[in-house]
Amino acid sequence: MDTLILGLPVAYYIAMVAKVLVAFVFVLLTVAYATYAERKIIGHMQVRLGPMRTGWHGLLQPIADGVKLFFKEEIVPSQASKFAFLIAPLVALIPAFISFAVIPFGDTITIGGYTVPLQIAAYYDQAGKQVFDINVGVLYILAMASLGVYGIVLAGWASNSKYSLLGGLRSAAQMISYELAAGLAIISVFMLSESLSLHKIVADQAGGAWYAFKQPLAFVIFFICSLAEINRTPFDLPEAETELVSGFCTEYSSMKYAMFFMAEYANMITVCAVTTTLFLGGWHGPAFLPGWFWFIAKVYFLIFVCMWVRATYPRYRYDQLMRLGWKVFLPLTLVNVMATGLWVMFISK
Amino acid sequence: MESIFFLVVAAVAVISSILVVTCKNPINSALSLVMTFFCLATFYVMLDAPFMAATQVIVYAGAIMVLIIFVIMLLNVRVETVKRGTHAVIAGSAIGLFVLFQTIWFLMKGSMTGKVGEMTKEQIVSVGHVELIGKALFTDFLLPFEVTSVLLLAAIVGAVILAKKKI
Repeated sequence: MDTLILGLPVAYYIAMVAKVLVAFVFVLLTVAYATYAERKIIGHMQVRLGPMRTGWHGLLQPIADGVKLFFKEEIVPSQASKFAFLIAPLVALIPAFISFAVIPFGDTITIGGYTVPLQIAAYYDQAGKQVFDINVGVLYILAMASLGVYGIVLAGWASNSKYSLLGGLRSAAQMISYELAAGLAIISVFMLSESLSLHKIVADQAGGAWYAFKQPLAFVIFFICSLAEINRTPFDLPEAETELVSGFCTEYSSMKYAMFFMAEYANMITVCAVTTTLFLGGWHGPAFLPGWFWFIAKVYFLIFVCMWVRATYPRYRYDQLMRLGWKVFLPLTLVNVMATGLWVMFISK
Repeated sequence: MESIFFLVVAAVAVISSILVVTCKNPINSALSLVMTFFCLATFYVMLDAPFMAATQVIVYAGAIMVLIIFVIMLLNVRVETVKRGTHAVIAGSAIGLFVLFQTIWFLMKGSMTGKVGEMTKEQIVSVGHVELIGKALFTDFLLPFEVTSVLLLAAIVGAVILAKKKI
């Protein structure tokens, strides 16, 4: 217990490895079963049954899909830019997963007298009884979100196909436009919390004082912009099946295609987790169940909302998408930031 | 531990910045530049400046490089078309080496060596990097900040006027 490696106790390293493994495996499993849930939920919303044959009510469907994709032939177009074509799926997948390093999925837990914060990039000061986490957590998430665009743009360019290129270009324009409004929506949150540390933002929302109630406009705009940034319906123009035959991933097959698919769902989970953390009070909830349970429940609810939106709304047209981003959301979030500033300056103090 | 990590990141930084100028394909050059920016961000984190690191990734890797790649894709420059003049290579490397030696010389012998500024590591950890930068920006450096914002506004207005024929 008291042996130190590089100035830190052994328990620190064990806890860190355990946290990383648990979070990673959990997100991967959620990705697999989100695909199943999506097909099932949309199926029932459209009065169909969805997958039924593989296992009880199709429960083994994700495994069947995975095995199928794994054994498919790997095709690289002859005119493709090999290196970029190869790394594009990885570039899409990795930022989606590493955002989880800063998301607090629970308060601290104590195992054998050693307290561990349920957040990967954080440590607990055993003497001072305080959690320290990376103090620019929100900016880290924004940075990783802005990197996600590379995967799609590269895939579109490297495939050397007109559909892919159009998909890639659309996605670049779309992501840059909506990043601004999403960032401004977050600014009004940390004007209230006066901190960029996600642990402190969640701690500030204790007792039902969620930022979704204090900043309803920012909450709605952030969630919609996030849907646009991760290319979910109704903003899935980069892969619009009917006009671009799957857009940026037209030329991809086998595991590379599976990676894009995983990246899409992992991004969805990340966005839902970030929204929960910033606006829905993170791990806070009635005390009869542990904090991580409430966190997961809120994230799953938001994932359900994403699927619900997909089953409800038709796809936006490209000019409508741009108008919504630049002429509606951007001015609204700017006004919201101004109003929050005035409120913090003159009323709350 | 930290010095080993530094050496690894530094090696990646040097290799990727060499690739920026040697790659035949402009997209691969741009990607190497993104990698270099990433290594710079890592250095900022190691120097206890997390805000700088996040801004580096958001602004340079996330916005500016995406625009550059956008332009390369739209122009569809597939292989390098510009011929490399040998004189330019020689002159460029001579200037580069000169600046490098000058920098090393001033770092080793100049008046900045061994000076400690006002900000200490403890201060950054206890107050927070963002808070310190914000305070300095809006009190001590208010005039430069405002001048920059006016300049940027002028640039935005100029871009709109250039792009739109009829306003």
